[in-house]
Amino acid sequence: MATKKLSLKQKYSHLTRGLDWEPSYQKADDIFPYAKYEGIKIHDWDAWEDPFKLTMDSYWKFQAEKERKLYAVIESMAQNNGQLGITDARYLNAVKLFIQGITPLEYQAHRHFAHLARHLPGAGLRVAAQMQSIDELRHCQTQIHTISHYNKFFDGMHDFSHMHDRLWYLSVPKSFFDDATSAGPFEFLTSISFAFEYVLTNLVFVPFMSGAAYNGDMATVTFGFSAQSDESRHMTLGLEAVRFLLEQDESNVPIVQHWIDKWFWRGYRLLSLVSMMMDYMLPKKVMSWSEAWEIYYEEAGGALFADLARYGIREPKYSDVAKAEKDHISHQVWSIFYNYSHAAAVHTWDIDDEHMAWMREKYPASFEAIYQPRYLEWREQAKNGQRFYNNGLPQLCQVCQIPMAFTEPDDPSKICFRVSEYEGDKYHTCSDGCKDIFDYEPVKYVQAWLPVHQIFQGNCGGATMPEVLDWCHIKQGADNLDYAGSPEEEMWNRWMEGRRSPPPAFAVAAE
Amino acid sequence: MRIVSITLQNSPDAAAIVDAILADNPDAQRKLYPAMTKIDCPGRIDVNAQSVSDRLGREWDTQEISMSVISLSGTVDEDDGIFSLYWR
Repeated sequence: MATKKLSLKQKYSHLTRGLDWEPSYQKADDIFPYAKYEGIKIHDWDAWEDPFKLTMDSYWKFQAEKERKLYAVIESMAQNNGQLGITDARYLNAVKLFIQGITPLEYQAHRHFAHLARHLPGAGLRVAAQMQSIDELRHCQTQIHTISHYNKFFDGMHDFSHMHDRLWYLSVPKSFFDDATSAGPFEFLTSISFAFEYVLTNLVFVPFMSGAAYNGDMATVTFGFSAQSDESRHMTLGLEAVRFLLEQDESNVPIVQHWIDKWFWRGYRLLSLVSMMMDYMLPKKVMSWSEAWEIYYEEAGGALFADLARYGIREPKYSDVAKAEKDHISHQVWSIFYNYSHAAAVHTWDIDDEHMAWMREKYPASFEAIYQPRYLEWREQAKNGQRFYNNGLPQLCQVCQIPMAFTEPDDPSKICFRVSEYEGDKYHTCSDGCKDIFDYEPVKYVQAWLPVHQIFQGNCGGATMPEVLDWCHIKQGADNLDYAGSPEEEMWNRWMEGRRSPPPAFAVAAE
Repeated sequence: MRIVSITLQNSPDAAAIVDAILADNPDAQRKLYPAMTKIDCPGRIDVNAQSVSDRLGREWDTQEISMSVISLSGTVDEDDGIFSLYWR
């Protein structure tokens, strides 16, 4: 019997529609209990069309091929001392932030997309969520596996998931994702798939991974691009999901707009960590944060929101503030980390003259006037044996959980500070964006686990800094403090010295 | 017209895709970065499987684009023989 080959669209339709069925002896509302409480109205689940028509056979084939490519690189790294190929040991602090801050989010995404794969009423969306859940688990595993090579030599990566749950700067990504996974299924899709994956993750993965390649880190660029190849599918899911919600019912529009406003701002605040990685932690630079923001938010986001305008969707609220802050944000975050390097599992350091010259060129409106004098003063203090560490604990924003050190959008000499009252207590936020989010759902955000508050309440190992750091599993004197004088610097300099001097005779162990 | 964009790895397979896009989409502009190439084009980008196959010297399926792509901006339409990006 001759069989006709099915087209891509037919195969995909069989997978997503042909294998689905209408429940007969259970009510749909009982099977999908989360589908309605957010107020989103869906009239026709079959109107969902996935633009990537990936069937399971192709999915396994392509994912297996991606894994084979990645593991070849991982093996080569291990066999050829790949850690020696990076431009400078300081670069690795970006990788430390990555595994401490981002890898655990991949695992959270894996879990929550598995939840959506069970709980979304539409079969097409469930299949897409199922594949994404498997993708996210793969990302988490490949990141851990790849970075484990660096962990053999460098500090700060040995207990990343423990630190993720306890350290002050890691509560920023952790609370971001906790906020998303404790929301309903449609808010989660809008937050992670659309606002984060579609609108913002390009800023994490694309210029940063290109920067990793430029700095000789073949391992990170390989897992990064391997993950990013799935990300294109995830981004597209986000865009199509939002469009689907908007097309299904007009009353969905204001709900979705509110989520877009909220999650744009939360995502943007989270990415301030990435702004520092890009501007400060890459010895060889591809582009500045400000340039990346222009290409990946202002240009790409502009085209996107012009496309969504037909549904009555406008650009996220406060994108003008994000634009106004682009000359400042990376410098302010670096300054926070410099202040608190004794309490972090990453190093900071003196910004050298060459780096300052690059900053002056990339940030003509802000760097020379505001940040350079600060760094020169810090250099002077360090030279006199008084490297500055801030021994107080900072106030944290109740929503994004970043120390309250950002300045007013129109006045870089004034700390931006907002206050809300709820049931007789005061709550502080770092911006109008975070204040709006708090005021809309105070019941949710008064429950925030703020590391500084927890330390003061005695929940974090003790009353002194060394006790708190022990509780976070920071190896003091190795994971934390300035790069200058660290064991890592000493090791790196020894390796580089070894390269310059003639190699010792190869010693073969005698029997 | 609004810009659509695709970013590809600097791998041998992706280089053939880049060449095919530049040949088939006359308004496409290429930007080179370490490890990646970004292509921007007003309105629309079509990736024709036949053009890529011709350059690779083997049969190339549009779904293989997932092996090479890093990022994209635009609405995706995937079908046999053609992968398109456009704004509505």
